Amino acid sequence: MEKILSEEKKPLISVRDLNVEFSTGKGKQKRVTKAVKNSSFDIFPGERVAIVGESGSGKSTTAHALINLLPGSGKITSGSIKWYGDSGNSDSIELVGAPESEFIKLRGSGIGLVPQDPMSNLNPVWKVGFQVRETLQANGAKDKDGNLLKGKALEKEAAHVLELAGLDDAKKRMKQYPHEFSGGMCQRVLIGIGLANKPQMLIADEPTSALDVTVQKIILDHLNELTTELGSAMLFITHDLGLAAERSDRLIVMYKGQIVESGPSLEILKNPQHDYTKKLIQAAPSLASVRLQSTKAAVVGMIDKPLPEHFEIAHEQNLPDFSTDNMIEVYDVTKEFTVRGQKEKLKAVDAVTFSVEKGKTTAIVGESGSGKSTVANMILGLLKPTYGEIAFKGQYLKEWQKNRKSEKNFRSRVQPVFQNPYGSLDPMASIGRSIREPLDIHKIGDKKSREKKVLELLDMVQLPSAVANRYPNELSGGQRQRIAVARALALHPEMMVLDEAVSALDVLVQEQILTLLNDLQAELGLTYLFITHDLAVVRLIADGTIVMQKGQIVERGATEDVFNHPQKEYTQNLLDAIPGRHLF
Amino acid sequence: MKSYIGKRLLQAVIVLLGATLLIYALVFAMPGDPALAIVGEKNQHNQALINQVRAQYNLDKPFILQYLLFMKGVFTLNFGNAMQFGHQPVINLIGQAFPATICLALLAFAFELVIGIVVGVVAGIKRGGIFDQTVLILTLVLIAVPTFVTGFIARLFFGVDWKLLPPTVDNNLDFIHLLMPALILASVSIANIVRLTRNEVSTNLSADYVQTAKAKGLSKIRITFVHVLRNSLIPVVTYLGADLGALMGGAVVTETVFNVHGIGNLLYKAIPQGDGPLIVSIVTILVLIFVISNLLVDILYAFLDPRIRYGKGEN
Repeated sequence: MEKILSEEKKPLISVRDLNVEFSTGKGKQKRVTKAVKNSSFDIFPGERVAIVGESGSGKSTTAHALINLLPGSGKITSGSIKWYGDSGNSDSIELVGAPESEFIKLRGSGIGLVPQDPMSNLNPVWKVGFQVRETLQANGAKDKDGNLLKGKALEKEAAHVLELAGLDDAKKRMKQYPHEFSGGMCQRVLIGIGLANKPQMLIADEPTSALDVTVQKIILDHLNELTTELGSAMLFITHDLGLAAERSDRLIVMYKGQIVESGPSLEILKNPQHDYTKKLIQAAPSLASVRLQSTKAAVVGMIDKPLPEHFEIAHEQNLPDFSTDNMIEVYDVTKEFTVRGQKEKLKAVDAVTFSVEKGKTTAIVGESGSGKSTVANMILGLLKPTYGEIAFKGQYLKEWQKNRKSEKNFRSRVQPVFQNPYGSLDPMASIGRSIREPLDIHKIGDKKSREKKVLELLDMVQLPSAVANRYPNELSGGQRQRIAVARALALHPEMMVLDEAVSALDVLVQEQILTLLNDLQAELGLTYLFITHDLAVVRLIADGTIVMQKGQIVERGATEDVFNHPQKEYTQNLLDAIPGRHLF
Repeated sequence: MKSYIGKRLLQAVIVLLGATLLIYALVFAMPGDPALAIVGEKNQHNQALINQVRAQYNLDKPFILQYLLFMKGVFTLNFGNAMQFGHQPVINLIGQAFPATICLALLAFAFELVIGIVVGVVAGIKRGGIFDQTVLILTLVLIAVPTFVTGFIARLFFGVDWKLLPPTVDNNLDFIHLLMPALILASVSIANIVRLTRNEVSTNLSADYVQTAKAKGLSKIRITFVHVLRNSLIPVVTYLGADLGALMGGAVVTETVFNVHGIGNLLYKAIPQGDGPLIVSIVTILVLIFVISNLLVDILYAFLDPRIRYGKGEN
């Protein structure tokens, strides 16, 4: 190639004054939202750039605008996107206003995409191999001699692509359907698809936010390796500043559609200029180090003895008398599931014994498949243990569940908060009705006192009383999770089981909810059982930590001890996987 | 899979027994003495003949015994003789009427499949466009107006006034004769399938996996036909299956309007005459067809959607 411009490095893609709008309604009722405002940036060949911001900041929109895949009514209103590619001379293609055919050429071979949610981004009705093959075909994949790949050669190349993306046993896996894969495996397939045609740039849109931390680390390491090998540039979209700084050379911080700050990653981390960047750094759980202090009362102490003595003797003939000092005691509990087409039963939870102390927060951490959610569901009485016993306040769960009345009593004292605040609220019911529902079911008070209670609860979770008349789709994710907490609090529970309750939320919102939970605990003396895959969050909220792997407890203790002196390799791996941990 | 089919077949037997019992009871409760109808005007006072007819058709026995005797006949494929229609064996009457109904239903089914899906896909892709809007209004009209109204109007204009198509079928089971009745029979279902397909296609077009397919560099045509269509057809197939049975039953109205000598027409004539054996036999066969076509759909469903696998196991 000629070296005419070698003095000045030529960008791969150059964005100038980009504006993107979304519009809803027609005519007079038309409302326009500016999603991206006057954004300008360059990405150079082989460079890693991260766009950081909360949801709604315009980071994904910016990325999607580059390949003309804006969702719904999204439209580029002004600005320019110049694609230089590897044309070798100064020729560039203006992408704003380019015909769809130009984009069909560019997508896949020029710019690849790894989308956010691996589970919904593969077509459920086609085999994985088919979906990789068609990517290769669509972009005219050729063999060494320049012939189009066909038949067996195509099959082989597809398997090769998947192997490179880190999918074991690729040949066999290609004959399977996406639903037979875990989230991590789906994401590997999507990475394979994104990189199949060796694009010059890869857009990775929150590629791991739906995955376990340990898987996250492996996938991101792999993604780094692959893009380095191929010399592809990477545009990494994330809400986690720690992660972004760790994985990219340059950061672009977006806030409300505008780029507020950009520059080399470490520099921004050490010396943030904009207030928003400072706030993001503060909130990033991956960068925090100690448990949240309650803003209203002194923080509760650590668990000094993690388990009562009688738990030392496992597998004893007689079951122990459960003490009432602990809110929950789980004794030697095993849960087996029958797997279709397999004789051997799957042990989701294997002889687990632990207790949850009153007024404290106990966290169960582990990857997906570790059995942590199964444990939570058994404690909630939604699943029955195959073996073993669970007691709530010194009484067996089966006693609590022996008739409708005592079961209701139990249900009012132990309340769940689930992961997805979008799915757990009835979209057709007003917020007020959703919060009031438990009061209606348990027939507490009359209509007036219930309405009053709803307002109190809203106040407790720091939402204005006007929210009671609104509907879930009018609220943000963080607001909805506050509603879910308010609903759980309606019956004055003694304990809350929070299953990945903040995992779906942005960092800033996450911090707010955790602070709220912490304040409520100090105020009401609540006991929390916190189920999560995110160790960074555990450190912020938990007094005691239980680490689970493959259905068994591998480590337990006071949170600080577990973090500072992990005994098991598995725990160490989990801790290492927290992004940005070694940056400070 | 095998145990699943077994379970479904057992369900089918229960449905069959329940449906026949219900119909038998309804016919039994009909006013008028069927024996008097059989012997005719002249023999109204010939008690010996009446008693003989009663014995012949088991009319002298209590209800439940009558039903059980009838069911025994069904399982030995002996449906007995009709009370009217020249006392012919029921099996012969049904055998003569069946081909017309099958031809009509299959043609109607083909129209549903082709027109319903093609129009639905086009409307779904261009959601909100003129074609889509027009289709939505037309299908709404078809769904709202009863079949016998559309049937009579179509026959009047296309058959009688403009003489474009034969107004009645009688015994001519060819494409030209069956065209109009089949379209009328299928009309409501076509409208439903168009709407269903349209909604599915437009929902699937905004699904995440379509975004990924676009990002792969696939062409629009490939995305629509390879990715969107298969996903969109899953609920449509369910509807079509349930409808195959309904087409047979729905033929009662259409066959009467266009004078098709099919099962529906036969049933329509048998009911006012209180011809118990014939009515219950026809309904039994209709229920059987309905249950079997539903079972077939559920099996087909599993082939279209790999996420569905029938078998034991919880969750």
